[in-house]
Amino acid sequence: MAINWFKYSAPSSFYPLAGKMVPVFMTLAIVLTLGGLYWGFFQTPEVLSDQKQYYKIIYVHVSSAWMAMWLYVVMVAWAVLGLIFNTRVSYMMASATAVTGGIMTAISLWTGAFWGQTSWGTWWDWDPRMTTQLILLFLYIGYLALQSSIEDTRRSDRASAVLAMVGLAIVPVIYYSINCPNPNECASLHQESSLERVESNILIGMLVTTLGFWMYCFTVILMRVRNIILRRESHTSWVARLEEMQ
Amino acid sequence: MKEFFAMGGYGFYVWSSMGFALFLMLLEPIYLHMQHKSIVKHIQRQIRRESARSKENQS
Repeated sequence: MAINWFKYSAPSSFYPLAGKMVPVFMTLAIVLTLGGLYWGFFQTPEVLSDQKQYYKIIYVHVSSAWMAMWLYVVMVAWAVLGLIFNTRVSYMMASATAVTGGIMTAISLWTGAFWGQTSWGTWWDWDPRMTTQLILLFLYIGYLALQSSIEDTRRSDRASAVLAMVGLAIVPVIYYSINCPNPNECASLHQESSLERVESNILIGMLVTTLGFWMYCFTVILMRVRNIILRRESHTSWVARLEEMQ
Repeated sequence: MKEFFAMGGYGFYVWSSMGFALFLMLLEPIYLHMQHKSIVKHIQRQIRRESARSKENQS
């Protein structure tokens, strides 16, 4: 069956579709996140090499840090689609993604600070991994600030899309700061990514929680994009014909 | 149970992290739901106003 994807680039057909997807993603988000955390807290060893019980922060820390980085790529992808095809829904998706991306970055920084305090004895350090994550937070904030500062939506969509694309340069920097090809060249406090060495039970907890976080992000992004669509299209006849408006 | 929440003496750090994530991840959908309701109400009012105005013009 061929699906006409362009059909869903019209807000009037995307709005009801998003509404149908929200409960599905929300259920998956709750089941997977709770399942992942249950596994992480109850089916894994109490200590991880030199790390004591505080290493359990890993489940939210790694999941939110991954989401923060990936959502930035997702946001830029929507922005680029908007620039190429000039589809309004793409721009709306980009700005709906930005807020959730910012929240994920904030969670990763907060949980990282608490983990850092127990593990290294400091809440914060200007090490490359943490600094780039902080810059990522500022990029999300900058994107949203730029968008809200220009009143004309078409112009604000395009301007913020370009800013998002320029900021994409941060993503490989973040990636290499944790997956450094030669550790001697990038001295940092933050440990290297050690996915291959981590015990499989811990890895399962982490991956399932991350999947739950993905579903959570889909849920709130779709909820937000529905609000953005309604606000921007409030004067159109299709909005007036919606069942919930009667 | 008490032992579980104590997290070997690191309870404060573990639960502060989990609590912060839980707080934001509950707040976001609840806020969006409330925002949706208020936008719908706003548009309903707008539709009523417009239909009242068009009736006035007709009469």
